[in-house]
Amino acid sequence: MGRIAFFLSEAIRALRRSAAPSVAAIVTIVVTTLLLGVLVPVLRASESKATEVREQIGLQVFLYRDATKAEIEALDKELAAIPHVAAVEYCSPACAKRELADELRGDLEGSIQELNSNPLPPTFKLELDDADNLEAVRAALTPPNSAGKPTPISAAIDPPIGQDRENATKIREVTGAVKIVLLVIAALLLIASLLLVANTIRLSIYARRREVEVMRLVGATNWFIRWPFMIEGVIVGVAGAGIAVGILLLGKVTIVDPLADDFALIDNLSTMGFAPLVAMLVAAAVLVSALGSGITLRRFLRV
Amino acid sequence: MPLLNRRRSAAKRAREGREHRRRAPRRPRPRAQSGQPPIISVEDGTVVYPGGHVGLDRITLEIGRGEFAFVVGPTGCGKSTLIKMLIREIEPAAGRVQIAGKDINELDHNRTPYLRRRIGTVFQDFKLLPNRTVYDNVAYALQVIGEPRSQIRRKTPEILRLVGLQAKIHNYPDELSGGEQQRVAIARAFVNHPPLLLADEPTGNLDPITSIGIMQLLYRINRTGTTVLVVTHDRDMVDKMRRRVIALEEGRLVRDEDASGYHDESTREFAARMRAEMGVGDEGGTNGDH
Repeated sequence: MGRIAFFLSEAIRALRRSAAPSVAAIVTIVVTTLLLGVLVPVLRASESKATEVREQIGLQVFLYRDATKAEIEALDKELAAIPHVAAVEYCSPACAKRELADELRGDLEGSIQELNSNPLPPTFKLELDDADNLEAVRAALTPPNSAGKPTPISAAIDPPIGQDRENATKIREVTGAVKIVLLVIAALLLIASLLLVANTIRLSIYARRREVEVMRLVGATNWFIRWPFMIEGVIVGVAGAGIAVGILLLGKVTIVDPLADDFALIDNLSTMGFAPLVAMLVAAAVLVSALGSGITLRRFLRV
Repeated sequence: MPLLNRRRSAAKRAREGREHRRRAPRRPRPRAQSGQPPIISVEDGTVVYPGGHVGLDRITLEIGRGEFAFVVGPTGCGKSTLIKMLIREIEPAAGRVQIAGKDINELDHNRTPYLRRRIGTVFQDFKLLPNRTVYDNVAYALQVIGEPRSQIRRKTPEILRLVGLQAKIHNYPDELSGGEQQRVAIARAFVNHPPLLLADEPTGNLDPITSIGIMQLLYRINRTGTTVLVVTHDRDMVDKMRRRVIALEEGRLVRDEDASGYHDESTREFAARMRAEMGVGDEGGTNGDH
């Protein structure tokens, strides 16, 4: 108990006596924590948006308008049996017209009603378990015939399949790329902030290496020397993260929340909650600065 | 040829040491207290620095409990290396170093701090913690060994009174003179009452009068039963001390002589004699001997 109090007072003494390096360390932590605090939700939001887009990717199989009921029923079963197909939904011409009317709600709605016949074909909508399996499913729908030419599995199908959904492939590629880019950015940022914090801590410890040397010569054990430095790191981490969280909170209240009220879009972004974000940031800041101090000290503790 | 000789590895020479030892002039030294091993026992201690420079070359010496001994020699003769070897700041390439009968280089590395707590060490550059007061510098040595706070509060002013710094306990090291800083360093080294006190050029930066004061302080500590080993290049001063003198030259032990007859003088007699022999005045430098 007395020892903990001693370590604590040692840490506070060190912080007070070397104010400039301490402030530098705190500012470094504030900046990196702020960066992370802004980027993590943004990355999370854009990633979930990308996932959402991917989830919407499906295949549409158009049928000839003269497809018979028996053909349609047989095809329904065949489609459901294809691997990676999560759900099959049949949409009759009437259903297609309703959907089109839904999409065009507003100015063009009337023009749909003016059509005297329904030109839309019946459709099967296929939901996939993963957007990456798009090509596999498409291939299963049109196996090559004896001449090696892709042929639809049913005569009722109006090829080509999913032609108007060709952009699905592009979406898939783009979202994949976005995911990788975001990951790389996050990793780089993390590495940069770790190095920055480590370097700041190194400097402040390097300035005190003589002190560490004296402590060793007096017979202090390594942990006896290390504890105050680690506690100092924790204090610096808590202070830095605290300031950063304060700024983030201010930003959330003054900028993000009013926007969320006005635009459903921002509110809809499924991002992480503020509380878990804060917990994560504080934990990371404290861990990094405490471990950074402890590990940097190793160099000067070698006997 | 001599150059070539010097280049042979020290370890190799240590292996050949047995033959050499027979030839080397050695003075048998009676153990200070029968039954107990000598406080310091170095056998063929050889230190080789990275790069091949031989810091110590097959040093063999024993220092009994309660002795007050000097190690002298010119700069670079290996005096400081000897101190560093005794507190295990560097490890010998060959040979054996025993403190109170224990081979310190066989200790586990995380036991080294405990060895250093049993040895008080005083350095030429004082090695005080600059951001702590005199009191806190001395108290740190007690905090390190986990002394309860009540004991620290009692012992720290007591030892500072012994070294004559009771008036300056709240000053920072840079507010003190060199002699005063060295006194703080001695207080810190002695506050645990270690059985052995090593002093590396304790008077190196000090004027003669202040030096006598420091020597008198070390002698007083020696009179409490602590073994004191002082390393210095100041041969003149050592000769007048009339104590055991171990001389090093280029890492080798070249002389080990004892001057008898003065071992029982009081610290006051000691200081008076020193001042007379050094031809310095009577005033100053005797803080603490009231």
